[in-house]
Amino acid sequence: MTYSSILIQFLNGLASASSLFLVAAGLSLIFGVTRIVNFAHGSLYMLGMYVAVGLAGQIGFWWSVPLAALAVAGFGALVEALLLRRIYGAPELLQALATFALVLVVKDYTLWQWGPEDILGPRAPGLDGAVTIAGNRFPEYDLFLIAFGPLVLAALWLLLKRTRWGTLVRAATQDREMASALGVNQRWLFTSVFTLGACLAGLGGALQIPREPATLLIDLSVVVDAFVVVVIGGLGSIPGAFVAAFLIAEIKAFCIGLGYSTLTLVIEFIVMAVVLVIRPWGLFGRKPVLPRGPGAIERPLTPPSRTVIAALVAVTAALALLPLAYGGYTLVLMVDILIFALFAVSLHFIMGPGGLHSFGHAAYFGLGAYGAGLLAVRAGAPMEVSLAFAPLLAGLGALVFGWFCVRLSGVYLTMLTLAFAQIIWSIVFQWDDFTGGSNGIVGLWPAPWLASKTAYYYLTLVSCVAAIALLWRVLYSPFGYALRAARDSPTRADAIGMDVRQLQWAGFAVAGLFAGIAGALYAFSKGSISPETMAVSRSVDGLVIVLLGGIQTLTGPVWGAALFTWLQDTMARNIDYWRAVIGAVILLLVLAFPQGITGFVAERLEQRRT
Amino acid sequence: MLEVRGLNAGYGPAKILFDLALKAAPGEVVVLLGRNGAGKSTTLKSIMGLLRLHAGEVTFEGRRIDRLPTYRIARLGLGYVPEDRRIFTDLTVMENLEVGRQAPRADAPHWSPERLFTLFPNLGRMQDRLGGRMSGGEQQMLTIARTLIGNPKAVLLDEPSEGLAPVIVEQMAQTILEMKKSGLCVLLCEQNLHFAHLVGDRAYVIEKGHLRYSGSMAELERDDAVREQFLSV
Ligand SMILES: Nc1ncnc2c1ncn2[C@@H]1O[C@H](COP(=O)(O)OP(=O)(O)O)[C@@H](O)[C@H]1O
Ligand SMILES: [Mg+2]
Repeated sequence: MTYSSILIQFLNGLASASSLFLVAAGLSLIFGVTRIVNFAHGSLYMLGMYVAVGLAGQIGFWWSVPLAALAVAGFGALVEALLLRRIYGAPELLQALATFALVLVVKDYTLWQWGPEDILGPRAPGLDGAVTIAGNRFPEYDLFLIAFGPLVLAALWLLLKRTRWGTLVRAATQDREMASALGVNQRWLFTSVFTLGACLAGLGGALQIPREPATLLIDLSVVVDAFVVVVIGGLGSIPGAFVAAFLIAEIKAFCIGLGYSTLTLVIEFIVMAVVLVIRPWGLFGRKPVLPRGPGAIERPLTPPSRTVIAALVAVTAALALLPLAYGGYTLVLMVDILIFALFAVSLHFIMGPGGLHSFGHAAYFGLGAYGAGLLAVRAGAPMEVSLAFAPLLAGLGALVFGWFCVRLSGVYLTMLTLAFAQIIWSIVFQWDDFTGGSNGIVGLWPAPWLASKTAYYYLTLVSCVAAIALLWRVLYSPFGYALRAARDSPTRADAIGMDVRQLQWAGFAVAGLFAGIAGALYAFSKGSISPETMAVSRSVDGLVIVLLGGIQTLTGPVWGAALFTWLQDTMARNIDYWRAVIGAVILLLVLAFPQGITGFVAERLEQRRT
Repeated sequence: MLEVRGLNAGYGPAKILFDLALKAAPGEVVVLLGRNGAGKSTTLKSIMGLLRLHAGEVTFEGRRIDRLPTYRIARLGLGYVPEDRRIFTDLTVMENLEVGRQAPRADAPHWSPERLFTLFPNLGRMQDRLGGRMSGGEQQMLTIARTLIGNPKAVLLDEPSEGLAPVIVEQMAQTILEMKKSGLCVLLCEQNLHFAHLVGDRAYVIEKGHLRYSGSMAELERDDAVREQFLSV
């Protein structure tokens, strides 16, 4: 690389850093004060893009930018006041789930309003030319962006340091309970912070339209980038977000400049993983103050009563008889439900009793699926052998990644699990020769004796029921109790001689192994697999199922899987805007049952008993 | 001015307080005594609305406050100084005070920064110091100043003498007497009987969440049995 091309790549990086910073700053502010992990932040960015593209035709680009930012800010204020305000008391993950539901709703709204095609934005009038820098042409608009990022940083800095509002925000970021005991009205503070964050996201999106077309796929990719930036910078730190945005954007720019553009899919996650391992609270973050006030005391996981066991046996028996009455599509759907029930139970195992909130469980499902596919297609192993050994690959993956993950806690742990899942995903996605890249692996067929729908159904039924029963059994073994003790009181567990990390590590690996069984069964049931198998959305599906079912219940994940899989299947076949419907259903459920459905039922039953 | 009746509260399924009743009047220092874990801090948190009550009522100036959000309670003029200080360590002394600032009240003593800095000369000399860079004693002064600048009518103090050097404990006692003199109602949690004697007018003693004794500080001083049973370690 010559000096001039290094300079150009550096400037490219700076221009990208600016809009990344805008999104990340808003996300960081919102998280700092409200402790909400706002998955919808990328959707706000996407809305900013679409609104600006829509308006630019009528009022010109320069007016469309502030108007789009304001419109998104207004939307953010509404979301905060109507939705988030009702769930600040709910468990952290349920809040994240609600914002994820919002992602689905916003996506379908955008699809409905602006259509499925990407929309090219206008150029910025007055800045549509290029200047010559060190012999290379460089867009004027990008120079403007380079200057804009630091300006916003300065403005935010003044706002936070020089105004009463800023002082209150910083106080609430550190200890919001104490702030309210001093008379600070959190509601108003939360609404204003969320509105500002939304405004920044909308602004970031609107400013991006001369550089990139507006697309429906931008929401998740932006929010994931923004998370990475916020986590690297340190949650709640604005300067941290700025430095991290700069770092990530530059690294990406140089990957492209040096001809390793495929590396951009994964490099930020590698950087994040490295940062988290070295500095578990990000570059500018500090060890979070332990949760204040009445800590949430998890309800104990009581062993299932005789009635519950009898009911479970009855359900299993009914499932065993099912092929007598139904065939074809019902069996296919039931296979899906069983597989996702096992997937969800394994996720629940590590999230509920294990207390490790994984956002990347799909990685182990996917490793199981790819393990099976690769053994069968690349190694030519018989299906039975592939099925038996594939889960070990998932277990091995969980063993390796788990070692890092159990060293962190809270949101940082969650983000690291996501990072690892993304790393695996992008390896699979890019390694064309071995994994088939984006096309995946096709032609995975069960052995002849298992080829009929009924036979495969029985295989799945037996495997899943046995695996689920085994996992549940483990929960009531000494290991299971120790896992819960480690979750509820790590210091005390440590004091009585339990190795908390070791326990959690083992739990993580077990959960990965069982997710791998589900993945392997999935691969042969579909006949083909693709990187989709382990995409973020699958991890999120798992979370939705577990949270819907109720995280501190035993059988919740199974009912959640049945309901969710059935709902998704029915909707996808019958309704155009099924994502929005699912999002709306999730939102309603979260609002109505902040403890999950099974948790809700259990609570009612308990009340009736006392 | 502040009255608690039939208070039951706890954390999740764990019940901590049982049918507590307390009263405190303006210009009075009422001490809530009890061993570690007796439920003193929990009582203050319940009054402040930081904990949902299982049963009972709390009135402040004749008005029910047990259903109000914490910030509303604070704005009615009830100040709270928590046991672990909870200084905003990222904020400077002046910024910490800014968070606690409220408009002056006609019927409560007014505390301007100047007046607070005469009461706590140390703080006046370190206005731009970050909260996290202060000694324990200085932080304790700051939490009290941060509450007083909200111009409260009554203050809940949770073990302000804990972990302080004897000289500073002395100073703390003076501060509380100063607050009393200005007409504030003070409800003070203590384990340290000596400190309680320095400042208290009346005392309540709780044990495992139950009220065991109430009477004047002077009477408690004479009542060896109560002290022996509920307070000695
Ligand atoms: N956040 C909490 N969650 C659960 N239990 C708590 C919590 N805080 C205090 N407790 C329990 O409540 C009881 C009373 O505590 P506390 O009110 O702090 O006592 P004191 O202030 O008198 O020392 C103790 O048994 C303590 O273990
Ligand atoms: Mg206490």
